[in-house]
Amino acid sequence: MNNQALQSALWRRPGFWLGAREMAVVSLGVAAWGLVTGMAMVNSGLGVSLSVFMSLVVYAGSAQLAALPLLAVGAPLWLIWGTALCVNLRFVIFSAQLRPFLMHLSRPRRLWHAYLTTDMGYVLFMKRYGVSTGGESVPEAARDPVHRQEAMAYFWGGALTNWLAWQTSSMLGIFLADAIPEHWGIGFAGTLALLALSCSLITDRITVVTALVAATAALAAFAMPMRLNIVVAIAAAVVLGVVLDHMRDKSGPNTPEASG
Amino acid sequence: MSTWETVAALLGLAGITVLTRGFFFITEREWPIPPWLREGLRHAPLAALAAIIAPAVLLDGQGLWLGTWQDARLPAVAAAVAWFVWRRDLLGTILSGTVVMLAFRIGLGW
Repeated sequence: MNNQALQSALWRRPGFWLGAREMAVVSLGVAAWGLVTGMAMVNSGLGVSLSVFMSLVVYAGSAQLAALPLLAVGAPLWLIWGTALCVNLRFVIFSAQLRPFLMHLSRPRRLWHAYLTTDMGYVLFMKRYGVSTGGESVPEAARDPVHRQEAMAYFWGGALTNWLAWQTSSMLGIFLADAIPEHWGIGFAGTLALLALSCSLITDRITVVTALVAATAALAAFAMPMRLNIVVAIAAAVVLGVVLDHMRDKSGPNTPEASG
Repeated sequence: MSTWETVAALLGLAGITVLTRGFFFITEREWPIPPWLREGLRHAPLAALAAIIAPAVLLDGQGLWLGTWQDARLPAVAAAVAWFVWRRDLLGTILSGTVVMLAFRIGLGW
């Protein structure tokens, strides 16, 4: 199968448009955040053309924002790159979960997946396809080729929507940096989009507890540099989640939470 | 920093985007992940979101706690959560929160 045929096959699938629609809903928040990042790039003194270049090639809002002050003072490259690496560490965790869906693809395609996997894309994808049934360690959608192809279409629909929303708003922010009052705090719409998404992930008591623990850990460890508090929070919630899942499984399948 | 040094820095950052986001699937290499951890990772998406949201709502730019209740982010979050509980729809949740935030921030100066 050549690449062209695979591409057209993907966007013809219903999964592609489902992914695009679901991403479009949270794109309002993505766009608000892109706008703020675009403004921040220009305001840090990066200049218009380098800001456009950064937005297109780096495509990672939180890493961009972390790198800007370092670029502005001419910090050494190892510090700039090391900071971005730490800010992006959560994606390393995400990539472990995405692996079973992607290994049938060629490496160039997998690299495109890597570039396009955002927080939103990952969460929406795992919400829909990350469920494993019958005690299998690999999700159903990663094992069955037909199901997997639909999942890939969903990923691309969402990823391209996300990319367009981000780049459009980021360019707007770059070119209209002076037109939008900073004190409006419009970027908070991005946080609200994440909040909406996390509300939809709360399905039972265990998810309430893990979310609260992650939030508390992130606050408690906020003093850690380079947003490592996020990695600490994920680790805490995952470990606690394992313990709680085991306690629930032991208490029998008849408890109401077991269906969650 | 010269223009070319900045371009080099940005290209490196692009490489880091791809390297971190694809870490476990760039090479063919098998990564033995214990089954309990694989299952536990189902909690990672929500944990990552909660970890990003909580400081963005409750801390200021310097990492200090909100000094006041009169912060537009609080009614915005309350409105968004209330909307979600009422309607279970994501777009309405984002919109209601944003509208309330702008109303409190621009209208009341919170």
